[in-house]
Amino acid sequence: MTDTTSNPQVDTARASELGPIARFLKATEIDTRMLGMIGALLLIWVGLHVISSLRLGVNPLDFDSRTFLTPRNLWNLSVQTSAVAIMACGMVLVIVMRNIDLSVGSAEGVIGMVMGFAQVHFLVRFVGLELGNPWIWVLALVIGLALGLLIGAFQGFIIAYLEVPAFIVTLGGLLVWRGAAWWVTSGQTVAPMDATFQLMGGGPAGSIGATWSWIVGIVACLAVVFALFNGRVQRKRFRFPLRPIWAETLMGAVTCAVIMGAVWLANSYPWPVGIVNRYAAANNITVPEGGLFIAHGIAIPVLMAIAVGLIMTFITNRTRFGRYVFAIGGNPEAANLAGINTRWITMKVFMIMGVLATIAAAISSARQNSSTNVLGTLDELLVIAAAVIGGTSLAGGSGTIIGAMLGALLMQSLQSGMVLLGVDSPLQSIVVGAVLVIAVWLDTVYRKRV
Amino acid sequence: MADKTAPTTAHTGTPLVDMRNISIAFGGIRAVDDASIDLFPGEVVALLGHNGAGKSTLIKILSGAYKRDAGQIFVNGQEASISNPRDAKKYGIETIYQTLALADNVDAAANLFLGRELMTAWGTLDDVAMEAEARKVMGRLNPRFQRFKEPVIKLSGGQRQSVAIARAILFNARILIMDEPTAALGPQETAQVGELVRQLKTDGIGIFLISHDIHDVFELADRVCVMKNGQVVGTARTTDVTQDEVLGMIILGKCPPGAIPGPGALKIAA
Repeated sequence: MTDTTSNPQVDTARASELGPIARFLKATEIDTRMLGMIGALLLIWVGLHVISSLRLGVNPLDFDSRTFLTPRNLWNLSVQTSAVAIMACGMVLVIVMRNIDLSVGSAEGVIGMVMGFAQVHFLVRFVGLELGNPWIWVLALVIGLALGLLIGAFQGFIIAYLEVPAFIVTLGGLLVWRGAAWWVTSGQTVAPMDATFQLMGGGPAGSIGATWSWIVGIVACLAVVFALFNGRVQRKRFRFPLRPIWAETLMGAVTCAVIMGAVWLANSYPWPVGIVNRYAAANNITVPEGGLFIAHGIAIPVLMAIAVGLIMTFITNRTRFGRYVFAIGGNPEAANLAGINTRWITMKVFMIMGVLATIAAAISSARQNSSTNVLGTLDELLVIAAAVIGGTSLAGGSGTIIGAMLGALLMQSLQSGMVLLGVDSPLQSIVVGAVLVIAVWLDTVYRKRV
Repeated sequence: MADKTAPTTAHTGTPLVDMRNISIAFGGIRAVDDASIDLFPGEVVALLGHNGAGKSTLIKILSGAYKRDAGQIFVNGQEASISNPRDAKKYGIETIYQTLALADNVDAAANLFLGRELMTAWGTLDDVAMEAEARKVMGRLNPRFQRFKEPVIKLSGGQRQSVAIARAILFNARILIMDEPTAALGPQETAQVGELVRQLKTDGIGIFLISHDIHDVFELADRVCVMKNGQVVGTARTTDVTQDEVLGMIILGKCPPGAIPGPGALKIAA
């Protein structure tokens, strides 16, 4: 009880005793854990870049097009990360509530199959919509969302109301939904997807182009500035301690620089020559010497993932529901005594997870331009790993959406990097498995120290 | 404390809480067996008894944490239907649990308003307003408390206790249940809690106090109710019995002449 016996100025008194780094962290209110993860991510990127350059015998500073740190590779990385990142957002809530969901990969599989079947067979042959009818992709997605919600509600109901442990229910789900995915078409692959539906998978058509990318970037920067400003006004209104102006400015500047840097990267990745030439021919554009440069810009699945991340962050931080999820994870009995309907909240969390599995299924199947009954296999492990690497505690009660999304990016970076380096797939599994264990061990050490 | 000298004339009005013939069993064990207890406005009633005597269970029935098997609860003379904690709060019953029942991973303000969050006009959590309210109420209880941004797990035992107490008084409780409120506290903070209890009494709030500390009880309570093996041994005004007599009730179940015997009193052939 040292603090109750010391004077109230203790915080400010201590601040002057801190070293320069600690003072900097305190002023900017940066989470050291998050900083560590960004550091690890950058380290992996630079490491993969240097190794891939040395393997080719080129100078890493030349940024050869076959190495890791190139617009093309990073753009592809962003698209590959989207599906796992989206599901990781839901997994954070599931794990925060001391549950687990092992069924997301299989649920993704069956939902992908049903959406594929709906758009390729059901809506065309049985409902009679013409191919290319804009209702096809909308209805397919609606059917998928309804199915995802239903799967989540069903599993959530068994967990919350029938009190079967989540581990068992979703382990059962892992097998059930994978089997169901096969059942939809007796294992046959469904292809090709609806043309509009395919846009969710990225690619030259599924990206928003340079101009819109810059607009999105600028809007995002304005939103960041507004959020910082608004936060400051709110704190001032109630006379809470403010961050120093330089810290606010620095945070705003760094965030905006990262956003604009990402847009610049996405806009530096041109369409492949063949597609550009076909596009030029179709639109009567003469291709200049040296080729026409049309940038991809930000991919639609990446925008979807960012939107999901923002919405989920809003839900966790700003709504009553999010507050309850964390309170239940921290102390289920206390939450119950406070009059929170813990069962209904549990069920809702699994319903959200189901909806996010649908979005991930749409992105994955659109990217492959087909639905197969192995869609999303082992995704549950990547998703759980992303959430845990991103700082979600398996003991419950703590975790962040942004951390889980960064965790997904980190896992995908490793995986894509190893593919780029030509690492055999068994060794890839070994590395990913080892990284997961090491990351959780480091996290345990960190939590004990703080 | 004029009424202490004239026990026979006190409390002729409607009791704030009247629990009648309450029973609850867990897997064949009767944790509370036909227990009756009442509480008047501005009164402190202490519940005493060994571990497992049924005091916490009885009180958890009042706070809605457990559902009773039999018996009735009256609040202000009206029969109350309490089947969950939310119901109890509707009747102005607030509880400070022995375990404190805090969500360790969120901050003090989030704990104070857990289940009753303040919302902005847009339907989002109004954290700023909640923190401002928290600063107000904590300033009253524990003026030195400054750690509003930290999860409550990082607070000291005393600070956690003040958060739990603040949560109970924040919403204008009329009936306060304190389960071992001073168990985690040092002498200075215990005195603070005593001060708070006296202050709440003058506001007309009725308080059930569960405690092991018999000195505390004689200091704060107007009446004591002793339980043993799930049954009420007896109820007495603290002015009518000695501490030794109360100890006799707790240990032996022997009801002294100054107390009104309950169903759990030791029957002596005499």
